[in-house]
Amino acid sequence: MEAKAANTLKRRDFIKISTLAGGGLVLGFNWLSSCAPDTKGGNLVEVNAYIKIDTNGQITLMAPNPEDGQGVKTSLPMMVAEELDVDWNQVHIEQAGLDAKKYHRQVAGGSGSVKASWEPFRKAGATARQMLIAAAAAKWKVSPESCYTASGTVLLKNSKKKFSYGDLVGQAAKMPVPKQVTLRETGAFKLIGKRIPNVDNQAIVTGACKYGIDTKREGMLYAAMVRPPAFGQTLKSFDDSEAKKLPGVEKVIRIGDKVAVFGRSTWEVIQGTKKINVTWQDDGTLESTADYQKNFKHLLKKGSDDKPKREDGNIEKAFSQPGIRTFEAIYEAPFLAHNCMEPMNFFAHVKADGAELYGPTQNPKSICGKTAKLLGLPEEKVTVMMTRLGGGFGRRLTFDFVEEAVLASKASGRPVNLIWSREDDMGGGYYRPMCTYQYRAAVDAGNHLIGWHDNSIGVTGNPSRENNFPAGAVPNLRVDAQNYKSPVPTAPWRGPIHNFVAFAEQTFIDEIAHGIGKDPIAFRLEILDLAKQKPVGKVDYNPDRYAAVIKKAAEMADWGNPREGIYQGIGSYYCFDTYMAQIAEVVKQTDGTLRIKKVYCAVDCGILINESGAENEVQGGILDGIGNALYAEITLTKGKPDQVNFNHYRMIKMKDAPDIEVQFIKSNEHPTGLGEPPLPPAGPAVANAVFAATGIRLRSQPFTKSGLFT
Amino acid sequence: MATFNLTINKKKHTVDVDPQMPLLWVIRDFVGLTGTKFGCGIAECGACTVHLGDTAVRSCMLPVKSVGNKEITTIEGLSEKGDHPLQLAWKKMDVPQCGYCQAGQIMAAAALLARKSKPTDEDINNTMTNICRCCTYTRIRKAIKLASEAASG
Repeated sequence: MEAKAANTLKRRDFIKISTLAGGGLVLGFNWLSSCAPDTKGGNLVEVNAYIKIDTNGQITLMAPNPEDGQGVKTSLPMMVAEELDVDWNQVHIEQAGLDAKKYHRQVAGGSGSVKASWEPFRKAGATARQMLIAAAAAKWKVSPESCYTASGTVLLKNSKKKFSYGDLVGQAAKMPVPKQVTLRETGAFKLIGKRIPNVDNQAIVTGACKYGIDTKREGMLYAAMVRPPAFGQTLKSFDDSEAKKLPGVEKVIRIGDKVAVFGRSTWEVIQGTKKINVTWQDDGTLESTADYQKNFKHLLKKGSDDKPKREDGNIEKAFSQPGIRTFEAIYEAPFLAHNCMEPMNFFAHVKADGAELYGPTQNPKSICGKTAKLLGLPEEKVTVMMTRLGGGFGRRLTFDFVEEAVLASKASGRPVNLIWSREDDMGGGYYRPMCTYQYRAAVDAGNHLIGWHDNSIGVTGNPSRENNFPAGAVPNLRVDAQNYKSPVPTAPWRGPIHNFVAFAEQTFIDEIAHGIGKDPIAFRLEILDLAKQKPVGKVDYNPDRYAAVIKKAAEMADWGNPREGIYQGIGSYYCFDTYMAQIAEVVKQTDGTLRIKKVYCAVDCGILINESGAENEVQGGILDGIGNALYAEITLTKGKPDQVNFNHYRMIKMKDAPDIEVQFIKSNEHPTGLGEPPLPPAGPAVANAVFAATGIRLRSQPFTKSGLFT
Repeated sequence: MATFNLTINKKKHTVDVDPQMPLLWVIRDFVGLTGTKFGCGIAECGACTVHLGDTAVRSCMLPVKSVGNKEITTIEGLSEKGDHPLQLAWKKMDVPQCGYCQAGQIMAAAALLARKSKPTDEDINNTMTNICRCCTYTRIRKAIKLASEAASG
């Protein structure tokens, strides 16, 4: 069976044909025929503008999503190429700017690009292919069924006749848009599932790749800002006389509680910010890390006044049953900085009648809307073009740094590239929220998990993930969540909330398993079987797929047959529709400390799009998870971050990185994302291996504070 | 302000800047070569790594006045056609994710290979102290070994 996909595209929405400078034609997805300029009518649909073919045969595929290292500039066009039936070496990939009418979901977030693009991108390719076939059939005066395609050509069966797509593009654009397109069966993929290198590799390894920080325009000023050093402070007064004396500094302008320094070079404006003498003020209530910790624990004990996020059965009854065993543990997550290697920056050029935004954003549509509102302009007067992002991790979903660039350009009347120093970036907030979790569990005399309570608090809306494993398999379960108000701005951080909930949940499960004398993997599989056989309430995850990755990882690591001196721990997790199981191995070193030797990882992300990119994401996500679990924290002293650069905030490096082995479950399920899911289970896998090695339970990050790691 | 004559990628450049300005910013904002990246400004992350003579240096803390007559090589000048064994290996192993730190990683690795054509894991651990937030370390290590094998035939 071939998959039939109903096509909701209308001709005028779909194909765009216009003359290229070289005499070629553009076959896009927004019908504008040179002879039928019907462009204004109708609502545009979810797909369009992914393909350009010129008469010389040059095929350009557009990459509309922000590329922050997750690989969508490669993987999404692969989907189009697959159905268009062109060879990868025939195509050129081009980054598209924001165009909400042509593209849907131009966002790098929620590990959602691959998942959301799977249908529309393939349909875009298949529709174009079908129209190219129709064009060839018309030229040959044969039925489309007697034609087929291969490597960017349409061929006639039982003959030697063929046309390249370039030969057909003019005619193809005049063909009706098919009502239904046939998509390839998963077994017939030629490109999807292969190892395709990142399309920007050549530019990256030669230094030619441009990031936002590299933007320089005629008449542009660089800008840097002085911001309140502590969260919750405001600007009282400032003296800029010394800064203005510096060579290269052209202007100093106050913008709200910040002071912007403008000039001809990045270093000179950053030097300028250091020479501005500011008097800051606050109300004297700014909190330090110890205050947060104390208040969190107090509020957890007091309990939430809000409705539980999830409630199955009755936990009070479960915990008061005679003969039960109870478990309880408290887990503490520190604030973390995103630490994108490219510090925050953005180019803005605000003019009287419009604004141009150019730079690294994960969220172009959002910054367009917010800029329009800020400037009182209609959205169509604000253009947004994305550069390649030097990391995102959630930090570039927010508007704050774009807003600064917009306001700086408006205030100075010049095009501006606003650049943050590392200190600005690490000390600037929008952190992974600080949270504390109190987990309780009740196990009956038959060693069944009958009660589960997650009592959570954090500097974020909902610090819990209420439908997480083992929800769905526990008859009495409650999840409470409290939002702690703080002047510290928080933001999504790779695997938002999951990045620490996974640690608490997966080490707590391990603790219960050991406590009742069950193998941690057998215990997980038993819970998953219950979720399948006797589900309680909503079950978010597929128990079979979840169990399959656990079994796979166990097989990879030869779980249960420990080799001399090697201690294993497992962390499994489901988020963003992707299943992960990771087994970490630690060894004891001669000085008594531990070293992480290897991590095995089994992944179910449905159909694999690009094996090389996917594997790279998983390898990196695991190391990122380990690095942040072992080394990282932002602490505050009276609202001021104590770590503002890498000399005080340790990042994982080459020498710390264990071997990693990744295997993907072969699947025909809808493909899902990998930007975030590899990270959350890495920390608990390591913590559970640490328990196996030492009998010590790690309940807070960073692990290095335990003295077990150097 | 003072005038400096710099040789960058075998080309002469004259700049008139503050003698304290780190070489990184002279290269990026005045010479206009943006392949060398800014990461931390305190020589911790290595994104700004260039070669001064044969030595890998972190250009974000190196005042331009201390460069003297030494030749500077940036990622743009590592090879004429982008075919240094490390550049080829980086592509072959598909190392980059976001890619931002990779110029610095390659420059650090190139100085290592020039010094020691067959580096051990220990050499790689000791020399490759550059930060990659995407954590492409697994592939960086493989790419260095691949380049080292390719270069020695």
